[in-house]
Amino acid sequence: MITKSLYQEVILDHNRNPRNYGSLDNANRSAEGHNPLCGDHLNIKLNLSEGYINDISFQGESCAICKASASMMTANVKGKTQADAETMIQEFREMTIGKLEPNDKHHLGRLTVFFGVRDLPTRVKCAILPWHTLQAALNSVATISTEADDDPMHVSIGNA
Amino acid sequence: MKLVESLLKSPNTSMFDVEQIRADFPILKLKIDGKPLVYLDNAASSQMPQPVIDRMTKYQTMQHANINRAVHYLSETATAEYEKSRHKLKNFINANEEREIIFTSGTTDAINLVAHGYGRKFICSGDEIILTTLEHHSNIVPWQMLAEETGAKIRVVPINDEGELLIEEYKQLFNKHTKFVGVTHVSNALGTINPIKQMIEFAHARGVPILVDGAQTAPHMNIDVQDLDCDFYTFSGHKLCGPTGIGILYGKAILLERMQPFKGGGDMIASVTFEKTTYNTIPHKFEAGTPPIAAAIGFGAAVDYLSSVDLSAIEAYERNLINYATEQISHIPGIRIIGSATEKVAVLSFSVDRIHPHDIGTLLNQEGIAVRTGHHCAQPVMQHYKVPATTRASFSFYNTMVEVDALISGIQKVQKVFL
Repeated sequence: MITKSLYQEVILDHNRNPRNYGSLDNANRSAEGHNPLCGDHLNIKLNLSEGYINDISFQGESCAICKASASMMTANVKGKTQADAETMIQEFREMTIGKLEPNDKHHLGRLTVFFGVRDLPTRVKCAILPWHTLQAALNSVATISTEADDDPMHVSIGNA
Repeated sequence: MKLVESLLKSPNTSMFDVEQIRADFPILKLKIDGKPLVYLDNAASSQMPQPVIDRMTKYQTMQHANINRAVHYLSETATAEYEKSRHKLKNFINANEEREIIFTSGTTDAINLVAHGYGRKFICSGDEIILTTLEHHSNIVPWQMLAEETGAKIRVVPINDEGELLIEEYKQLFNKHTKFVGVTHVSNALGTINPIKQMIEFAHARGVPILVDGAQTAPHMNIDVQDLDCDFYTFSGHKLCGPTGIGILYGKAILLERMQPFKGGGDMIASVTFEKTTYNTIPHKFEAGTPPIAAAIGFGAAVDYLSSVDLSAIEAYERNLINYATEQISHIPGIRIIGSATEKVAVLSFSVDRIHPHDIGTLLNQEGIAVRTGHHCAQPVMQHYKVPATTRASFSFYNTMVEVDALISGIQKVQKVFL
């Protein structure tokens, strides 16, 4: 069953011991993400200079799927260029809504543990919230919501 | 298992045979990923027994036409069956007359009807509307919309940590500006049964009408609107083994007659010219357009079914279920029960240390167990307890002690995953 494969050890581990959790002193970009449907919220801070994400952190209250997604995301984008991160945001989104298949070319690495979430439409937003918030931070948008009209991913998620 | 045996043998539960009842509900035979369905989301929507399904099929197969229209056989049959359903609902809640029963699309629709039909006519700037912390959003938002439009104010009755309304505070909220009270009979998020008879008496002593949201009451206990003496009472068909898309608003005839219509259209008029329209009498004044006829007839069949089971026996059986569930769950470490009112229906809202309700819900689903996770459309309740969401198991008379055990071991399994 899909949910079994979703709650696998790597996700549980990142939930238990989230990487890059906390605040960031030298942050020059940040954003706050909310999912009003379940009350989840998280804050992402990052240091972006010369096109590189030098450092990144997150903090917040959320379910295991959201927290693990945030933890793995920060670990994966740290040290990457903004352009690389944006490619990953796009690919992660496409993976969770079923537009990107496991055999397609992608740059997600172990993040493919979230493939199963596409079969749980009510949980897609949990997995995607950190990515969504990262995109806002990179683009200097202060707050985003999974339910806002101007949410760039709202329509696609809703159709998932 | 000792408690189960003693509960199963207690006189209250011997009044009906739960296995025989379960046989009436085809959906309860379902397997979810090979595991028997344990449906504990009854406060969101209940399941439908075969007699109700059959009644709706019979209507759709052999009796359907539009009502209140044509002189032909089918239209007359459909009209008669639709009105028969109104008669059943009247008896079900012991209303005085059929015309006091308005078919609506559900509880939300009924509350909007009153906020519009009564509120926009009789509530003005500076007037006050009393609501409670326990309300579902559907008994908050229509009044907020009214308040925003008219300049009226909303006053809110607080709760204690057990999830019970503070009745002394309720009484303190009344003043010369108080024009209306809206209160839920039973909290959907916590299961608390409010002392509405006392609240109605107090409001009436001050000449203030009161609406009771009965969405969570109807499938669990007897309702007698004349004994309660409430001005408005409302509930939905799909929470009491009937179909979605149908509900009723009970209103005292004298109030319904003075109210303005909610929706305009066919059926709700006496005559129409471009110069002036005169409205039909109640209940038709509030039933514009073609109603969901099959759903209304199914609603009547659901009421028949519940009456055949006997609501007093249901109430006693469900009390045993919730007592057993509460006792079993309190043995699990890290569990916090949200809402422990002395008077409550079979709703068990809880949180588990370090585990988010959505993770609990997804993992319980893996065991075939359906619970609701989230804020239950009652965010003020969540704010009181300072939690974003809870997990809620809500029981019906077709649930069993074995299913309670399945829930308990399901929660323990979830805890193991997150160890």
